[in-house]
Amino acid sequence: CERSCLPMHFIHIWQMSLFLRLTLESKLNSSFIFFMNDIITTMFNKKFLDELFKPQELYSKKALRTVFDRLAHASIMRLNQASMDKLYDLMTMAFKYQVLLCPRPKDILLVSFNHMDAIRDFVRDTPSILSQVDETYRQLIEMYTPLSGGEFQLIRQTLLIFFQDMHIRVSIFLKDKVQNSNGRFVLPTSGPVPFGTQIPGLIRMFSCSGDEVKRVQFRSAGNYSSALREGSFEMYGERVIKLGTNMYSVSRPVETHMSGASKNSAQHTKVSTAPNPLAKEELNLLARLMGGLEVRKPANPDSRFRVNLFATDEEEEEALISRPDELSYEVINIQATKDQQANAELARIMGEFTEQEEPSASPSSKGDDLLAMMDGLC
Amino acid sequence: MYHKEKSIQIKSSASALYNNLSVLRIAPRCLTYFTVVHANVVNMVSASWDGLNFSHRQLQSKEGNIAASSSLIMQASWCVLPSRELLVLTSQKGIQMYESDGSIMVYWHALDNPETPTAQAVFARGIAAVRENYICVGISSGSVLVFDIPSKGSNVMLSEVLEEHRDAVTDMASECSGSLEYMADLVTADDSGLLCVWKSGEDFQLLHKIPGFDVSCSSVKLWKGTVAAGYGTGQIRIYEAVTGIVHAEVNAHARWIYSLDIAPFSGLLLSGAEDSLVRVWHLTMNPDANSVEVEHLYSECITDTQICGAKFCDGDGYAFAVTGE
Repeated sequence: CERSCLPMHFIHIWQMSLFLRLTLESKLNSSFIFFMNDIITTMFNKKFLDELFKPQELYSKKALRTVFDRLAHASIMRLNQASMDKLYDLMTMAFKYQVLLCPRPKDILLVSFNHMDAIRDFVRDTPSILSQVDETYRQLIEMYTPLSGGEFQLIRQTLLIFFQDMHIRVSIFLKDKVQNSNGRFVLPTSGPVPFGTQIPGLIRMFSCSGDEVKRVQFRSAGNYSSALREGSFEMYGERVIKLGTNMYSVSRPVETHMSGASKNSAQHTKVSTAPNPLAKEELNLLARLMGGLEVRKPANPDSRFRVNLFATDEEEEEALISRPDELSYEVINIQATKDQQANAELARIMGEFTEQEEPSASPSSKGDDLLAMMDGLC
Repeated sequence: MYHKEKSIQIKSSASALYNNLSVLRIAPRCLTYFTVVHANVVNMVSASWDGLNFSHRQLQSKEGNIAASSSLIMQASWCVLPSRELLVLTSQKGIQMYESDGSIMVYWHALDNPETPTAQAVFARGIAAVRENYICVGISSGSVLVFDIPSKGSNVMLSEVLEEHRDAVTDMASECSGSLEYMADLVTADDSGLLCVWKSGEDFQLLHKIPGFDVSCSSVKLWKGTVAAGYGTGQIRIYEAVTGIVHAEVNAHARWIYSLDIAPFSGLLLSGAEDSLVRVWHLTMNPDANSVEVEHLYSECITDTQICGAKFCDGDGYAFAVTGE
């Protein structure tokens, strides 16, 4: 594939990954999990990837948004336009953040692997999907590991130019203090230097025969420490870079990691089991993004069916009443629309859903499940 | 040592590209021109020295010599020759040369873009005016195009293609001391860190190759026979051009260096990098000992900005300008 389309590869991989990761980490409800395997199957399908990765010399923001819309539709979720826009903005800013803050240009590949590792972890018990994900790893490794630092920098520059002038404020980023109120990301002037770089401060001067004749330290401004070891560019391995490990804790270190390369993805993306005080805030944010406050529109009942967490409206009201006051979550309404243009696979999945009953059919247990799940997030 | 003055607003933000600021001082008119690349557009602003008048112009990348293009511009730089000054733009499609105020396009050179996709991205990058009448431009293949520039008019000719680099050219610089006593006229740099040192003429002559260490050299300057090179590791190295002797190594920045500049009358060196820092250094030549001393003079942090362009505004280095995003 022509190298000028390589930045596009990254955008696609990251778009897919970020979209999946947002969905995974939202932990909104178990119904999502039901769909996740199908989403991942679709996204990592060879034909789908080939089409996504078709060389495009000149790409536009519009084309990129179209791909995102298709991905969102492939997951059956139909969000309203405003929610789609907000989700897209969130994904875009998260992506921009990760590209901007990569210590070395080559590290954008490590960050991609962080995303892939999380996806692979999720599908590790489903061999058929796992093999598709592994195939994507192989393609990424084959295509990108031969590139030089300068070539990676060119890819990074192309990505940054593409997302130039986007300064949308994202509340998670503002709260985490990774973004300023003017929308610009905070660029740290401390921490480990990138792999291969020396801590600034030393001037060495040599004679013409090559002997060092003088050494001077200058005051560096900034508070840097030595580089960490290099992350692994293999199928499995510790990536070292933290960017891309947890969407909602971009600046927080991951609590645990396994040292050395290991067959099971060493980069665990699960946060510590201690209650996360921001989880509720994050959930509220995502609920708002997903249009959780939207009243179900009385649209043409023939052309759409509603997927909801409860079998009936009465049950939904019951759950609202019985939910403790301190859990002020909105009910997430997911509206799935029968789309005439949906491909056969999509139609099949949708057909399955409408025809099947939920396994544990009793209404009251569904409500309890939901409450229990929400409790667990606090 | 330096104090910050009022910022000049340009029409759109600076793109993350190496050496993304060019400055032209027009003393007779008490003006300074600045150009900054934004994607497929070059923003030019002309600033009067009293700080009161600004005028803006935008140039766009081209496809062919007429059609406007969305292809990315990689670099824009003024080339100062004895007879004239030209503004040169390099893009993914070709090379455009304009009269210095950007008013008229003088010359267009299309890059060879093969029909079928190749293994490498195609673009031009790295611009330098050399001696009396040459403008050199680098290509992603590693080739360096040498153009012969007439003292006026548009009869620009491609004089020679230099094939020494195997990796994409990143930057190049000509001897800026104004003196003719130095053998080396031009240094070219590429993504592998290789530096080639040339003598200009009807046939350019390769004087020396300074090997890289697998780290991209993103910015390079040549002054009094001395090469100053900035690398992706944040290091600056000072070499003797014709021999490749290393005079000094500076662990200058914590991130990729994007821009170097030298003030030829004073020997001040300016560096700007992704780590948000601009630093000013002083180079002292010891011709007897054949050594160069480097001293750090000043640092300025442009908060939350990855710097992509840093240039002195005058030959003494009394002022410098910085761009970033």
